Amino acid sequence: MCGITGICHISGPGSVSPDVLKRMTGELSHRGPDGAGIYLDDRVGLGHARLSIIDLSGGAQPIHNEDDTLWIVFNGEIFNYPELRQDLAQRGHRFYTQTDTEVILHLYEDRGAACLDELNGQFAFAIWDVKRKELFLARDRVGILPLHYAVRGDAFIFASEIKALFAVPGMERAIDPVAMEQIFTFWTTLPGKTAFKNIREVPAGHFLKVSNGNVRLQRYWDLPFSPPEEQTAVSAGQLCSELSELITDAVRIRLRADVPVGCYLSGGLDSSGITTIVRTRFNNNLRTFGIRFEERAFDESEHQQYMAAALRTAHTDVFAANAAIGASLGDVLWHCEKPILRTAPAPLYLLSRTVRQHDFKVVLTGEGADEVFGGYNIFREAKIRRFWARQPQSKSRPLLIRKLYPYIFDGDRRAGHFVRTFFGFGLSDTDNPFYSHVVRWNNTGKAKTFFSEGLRQAIGDYSCYDDLREQLPESFGRWDYLAKAQYLETALFMSTYLLSSQGDRMAMAHGIEIRPPYLDHRILEFTGRVPSKLKIKGLNEKHILKEVFRGRVPERILMRPKHPYRAPIRESLLMHMGAAIGDYLSSGSLRDAGLFDPSKTALLINKLQKSQHASEVDNMALAGILSSQMIYDRFVRASFPRGGLPAAPNLVIDRRTVPVS
Amino acid sequence: MQADAVKNFIIENFLYGEDGRLRDDTSFLGSSIIDSTGVLELVGFLERNYQITIDDDEMVPENLDSLNNIAQFLKRKLNGQQPR
Repeated sequence: MCGITGICHISGPGSVSPDVLKRMTGELSHRGPDGAGIYLDDRVGLGHARLSIIDLSGGAQPIHNEDDTLWIVFNGEIFNYPELRQDLAQRGHRFYTQTDTEVILHLYEDRGAACLDELNGQFAFAIWDVKRKELFLARDRVGILPLHYAVRGDAFIFASEIKALFAVPGMERAIDPVAMEQIFTFWTTLPGKTAFKNIREVPAGHFLKVSNGNVRLQRYWDLPFSPPEEQTAVSAGQLCSELSELITDAVRIRLRADVPVGCYLSGGLDSSGITTIVRTRFNNNLRTFGIRFEERAFDESEHQQYMAAALRTAHTDVFAANAAIGASLGDVLWHCEKPILRTAPAPLYLLSRTVRQHDFKVVLTGEGADEVFGGYNIFREAKIRRFWARQPQSKSRPLLIRKLYPYIFDGDRRAGHFVRTFFGFGLSDTDNPFYSHVVRWNNTGKAKTFFSEGLRQAIGDYSCYDDLREQLPESFGRWDYLAKAQYLETALFMSTYLLSSQGDRMAMAHGIEIRPPYLDHRILEFTGRVPSKLKIKGLNEKHILKEVFRGRVPERILMRPKHPYRAPIRESLLMHMGAAIGDYLSSGSLRDAGLFDPSKTALLINKLQKSQHASEVDNMALAGILSSQMIYDRFVRASFPRGGLPAAPNLVIDRRTVPVS
Repeated sequence: MQADAVKNFIIENFLYGEDGRLRDDTSFLGSSIIDSTGVLELVGFLERNYQITIDDDEMVPENLDSLNNIAQFLKRKLNGQQPR
């Protein structure tokens, strides 16, 4: 995988400073430590930081076509590139490398933006068309890889990560109040937005064209859910066998690499399934990696070790002690680039460091299965709430919810009496498009009580619910409860948070590429038509995936209740950050950033220090306030461009007619 | 006096000093002041502060969901009456 950067003058020729381009690319050296390259002409500059995985010796970028009229910088993997290449070669295209990068370029040459329909992969790339004077940027269907941009005057500036945009002198660096409102509701920003004013991301499944003085953004793919009447009528047995073949093939093509590929193994069904396929079908010497936690409530190592032993993989685990989670938070946020209401990214940061220490660059992960096959509690919660809403006075129906959240009600089962009021929020409003998520979002929103008066005023009457409602697909209203909930969870939370803050960003912090086979678009297009009752059968989640793996993955793993991946917040942050937390949360620092109310924050910290038990909202508020303060400190208060090393490119293509420097 | 101590606890721990939205009949759950785990903090406070034991069966909104309900509940508890 890699990092990409670039600057393009939107309406006509203009100079691009090679120094700025090198500095931007240098900010991405963690993504691409194996080399760098730049391209410059009288209108455009492209930069690339390389992590070599395919064609180790010959794959330096930017890469060009036969007559040097198209230039590409590419971050990601096209897993079906050998097949595509064969077709292109038959149509007369000539290749000078063995890379997937060059395949994209020739496919684009033939088909333009429609080339995206044929790519099976995870990607963010930019192609400069010298003849048409057009820059083409695209991001993969679900947003596995990042791509950000900003427009300053006549310059369109893009980069894999925001820190590279901030390496451009004079770039505005300010926290966006609207983003705060979104994060403190959805746990993340809405697609297209970032935590910073005037810094955008190319949303998943979109491409963007810059030419003739215009910047045009267009969607080319969306999550393909069907209304019930259009769902498949094929038998469950037949669906399982087709799905099984698809998953196996998704794994097979994701093992394509010129370096060894390992697996993340958590001890849950999803990663156990992937690991089983790799181990039994493709690789006898598989290496697996997993996380252990200090606290039992979070730890899955017993199941992890059981799976590693059952599959005889060489397994390495990293111990995510509370202290290590707290200590890594600053670096974690440097890579997340947005405030977080959880600490769950931190253990993944520690994990990728371990993977790197073992000389691996690529791992397969089980990411996406819960979204695709209906694994999350929030889906079952929606089902129970609808069931309950039909008999609102029932005493037994709301109690079904307690089964879903033993980690909230455990130890203090007495709190169960309040289930009715808590999960009854908006109970009768079953037509609300956000019915599945209102309880969570409403609960999260309570942490906004800590917003400063200034932040509240800046947010004004902006409604993030209205904003989201306008982004829903046209047919959304005709879908069933599960498809709606899956869409919200996938388009919002997975694409803009999980795949970045708990995915690419944590892995790429140490130059590790993650490949999630369940997010192969063929699987998404297949499961979009699978009836909901086969995904959640009764209250049994991921039913169809369990059927696919029945007989192959041990019953013990197959029948385990779903264990959500979480990490401790109060215990990691308050107990182990010592003086640092005081610096970030002092009334002076809080006033300086202007985001939170200092006296309310002091009461929260005082309460958390004294009490034995922190509520979900208090935990979220602590993580949210502290991470926002750290983001402010590292990205807004700090001075940019930083003193870091600019990239020292080993490939420079300088086609400027009037070289300046 | 009792009601004031409870009110101060609620304001300090759940409203973080912002007392404007709390009336004696405000529903804690209905107005999102307290969530399900917050109830346990409240119960812990009442047990410590008033030297009482609150049974599982007493942890219902009728007893705990507003300042008024708590005041009534405490009155019954402290007078040794059988609570509702």
